[in-house]
Amino acid sequence: MAVKATWDYRGEPKDTEDKFHGNQLVYVGWDQHLMFCAPHCVPLPPDMPFGALVKEVLPGMYDSHPDWSQIDWDRVEWLVDSKPFQPDMDKGLRDQGIGHKSVIRFRTPGLDGIAGAAS
Amino acid sequence: MSNNVFLALQNNEEARPLIEAIEQDNAEAIVRHFPAMVKIDCPGRLVVKRETVEALIGRDWDPQEIHVNLISLSGNVEEDDDSFALVRNR
Amino acid sequence: MSAKRMNLREKYQRMTRDLAWKPSYQSEDDIFPQAKYEGIIIHDWDKWEDPFRLTVDAYWKYQAEKERKLYAIIEAFAQNNAQLNVTDARYINSLKLFLTGVTPLEYAAHRGFAMSGRNFPGAGPQVSSQFQSIDELRHAQTQIHTISQYNKYFNGFHDWRHMHDRVWYLSVPKSFFDDAMSAGPFEFVTAISFSFEYVLTNLLFMPFMSGAAYNDDMATVTFGFSAQSDESRHMTLGLEVIKFMLEQDERNVPIVQKWIDKWFWRGYRLLALVSMMMDYMLPKRVMSWQEAWEMYFEENGGALFEDLARYGIRMPKYWEVSVKEKNRLSHEVWSIFYNYGHAAAIHTWLPDENEMAWLSEKYPETFDKYYRPRFDHWRKHHQEHGRWYNNTLPMLCQTCQIPMAFTEPDDPTQICYRSSEYKGMQYHFCSDGCKDIFDDEPEKFVQAWLPVHQIYQGNCGGASVPEVLEWYHLKHGQDNLEYLDSQDRANWLRWKGLTEQAEAVLQKAANE
Repeated sequence: MAVKATWDYRGEPKDTEDKFHGNQLVYVGWDQHLMFCAPHCVPLPPDMPFGALVKEVLPGMYDSHPDWSQIDWDRVEWLVDSKPFQPDMDKGLRDQGIGHKSVIRFRTPGLDGIAGAAS
Repeated sequence: MSNNVFLALQNNEEARPLIEAIEQDNAEAIVRHFPAMVKIDCPGRLVVKRETVEALIGRDWDPQEIHVNLISLSGNVEEDDDSFALVRNR
Repeated sequence: MSAKRMNLREKYQRMTRDLAWKPSYQSEDDIFPQAKYEGIIIHDWDKWEDPFRLTVDAYWKYQAEKERKLYAIIEAFAQNNAQLNVTDARYINSLKLFLTGVTPLEYAAHRGFAMSGRNFPGAGPQVSSQFQSIDELRHAQTQIHTISQYNKYFNGFHDWRHMHDRVWYLSVPKSFFDDAMSAGPFEFVTAISFSFEYVLTNLLFMPFMSGAAYNDDMATVTFGFSAQSDESRHMTLGLEVIKFMLEQDERNVPIVQKWIDKWFWRGYRLLALVSMMMDYMLPKRVMSWQEAWEMYFEENGGALFEDLARYGIRMPKYWEVSVKEKNRLSHEVWSIFYNYGHAAAIHTWLPDENEMAWLSEKYPETFDKYYRPRFDHWRKHHQEHGRWYNNTLPMLCQTCQIPMAFTEPDDPTQICYRSSEYKGMQYHFCSDGCKDIFDDEPEKFVQAWLPVHQIYQGNCGGASVPEVLEWYHLKHGQDNLEYLDSQDRANWLRWKGLTEQAEAVLQKAANE
């Protein structure tokens, strides 16, 4: 049984996609930049192009970091749900396998946070 | 690994004779003072004896009175009319 | 003639066990419907030993004495305006965290033990649970009463009960207790009496109350130690419950071990809040989180689990992760609160130079290397551009509900990501410990009320920070934000006769 109970209990999942007003939840983390204490959570339209995420969403999260302006976007390494990922900037999130509650991580080689200390 | 039991008491007038009694009856007890608190560690077993406490305070003393000034403990409790003890079962 | 005085053992027998009776016209299973479903097998409830042998007459006598002592001090404290004597107004924020995060748990424990007392078929644990239920209500009341003095002088104390149900980081303690209370009676007492009170509570009350003493808050010391004196009895109940289950039937061993694993990890994650209180929120520090963890968990917890080894019980799973994390936990957690201090019911700040030196000394392997650069950067940012905040909501762990700020056990530079898929949906965790707990009972944890997701669903007053704060009953610019620019600090300076500095603080706050 998937929960210890006195009857055949079933939980109601609280965070199904239909509850987010047409959006899906996406988590975003910039590795080695722990000045942002944890990865972020944002609701995004499933058909948002990946390029729009990079140009319109990420700056609002991260442009206060001194490393931000130095990122060479051609060298950024992406991980989606723990697997290496090659984004198609023009395609929508859902169409390239980024679903509800997916985790997008990116690494910026050579930029290791404040004082190189992963902050 | 440590075999210590411990008892922590409030650092006040009522606890002072208890600490003294513990020191008398437990040769290996180590008493450490913290802000507002006294922590007593002892290897294996630590006992508070009614007789010793009564001799120090000059009145009857019930081992359950220890509850009033007790802060914390570690070990298995053994309590009867004449003593309050903490032990490790090894 | 006078009756012979009963000794402790006889008196305990008469006033607990002898008050119970065998039901004649209802079955035991109907009377105690929760006694068996958790799988714990009990052959003989009379084998239950209560080491304290406390009876109700002695209980009232000693509790009344504790109350008299406590209220004498609370009154003296109020009469002397002793809230002005604490080391620094920053200290008050640890009391805000306590009142909103811990006091409601005392009340929850009062309810929980009333339920476990009702559901255990044996007279011994019924009596112990009943005493503890009354104790916990006393703790909640004395804490509210003591801290009410601070509510007259400082912000953030006004609606702690409401905040406990709504504010994002308070879902951490709230969900911890909800998880325990929605389990059966055996798991509940294993969770609260053993794993939390016996193994971990020393890390909450001892440093907290010693911290209060160090920072000249005698009222808090007194309620803390008054509550803690009951705690020794609760801890003993916790150990007794475990030994009783293990001795009754060897089939209980794996169930008990699983609960110990789960509740050690849940309790440890909850104590992350205490780690930052110890290392960052006390103007005068007693000991570091690392030192406390070594003293109270590694040393005493180690001795305890060696005691239990003869029953086939081992150290809780992932205890070694807690040891690896001990020199970074508080820094990672304070970073969370610094990031989201605009949405918190406490003020946040950066440690000053002396405090940074203390942190370097206490954490020689980690502080200067990983955390000092971050704090230096934030300080510079505050001076040059204003206080830095993180303006996007964080990803939370599905189990402990803390923002995913914890790093890999063997790499302090890498966030620890874990996930599980259940019925076609992904769930995310901060650690293997939290993932295992979910995987064991997914139907329970899929229902977690995660504050960030709830905000995005539109259930928390609106989408903007001010709307959510209003829904939390927090006043923006008064209860939240940076300590240096706060009304609390301005008032404190004024009470200390530093009127000009106080005006400067208010002026700066008005401009931001």
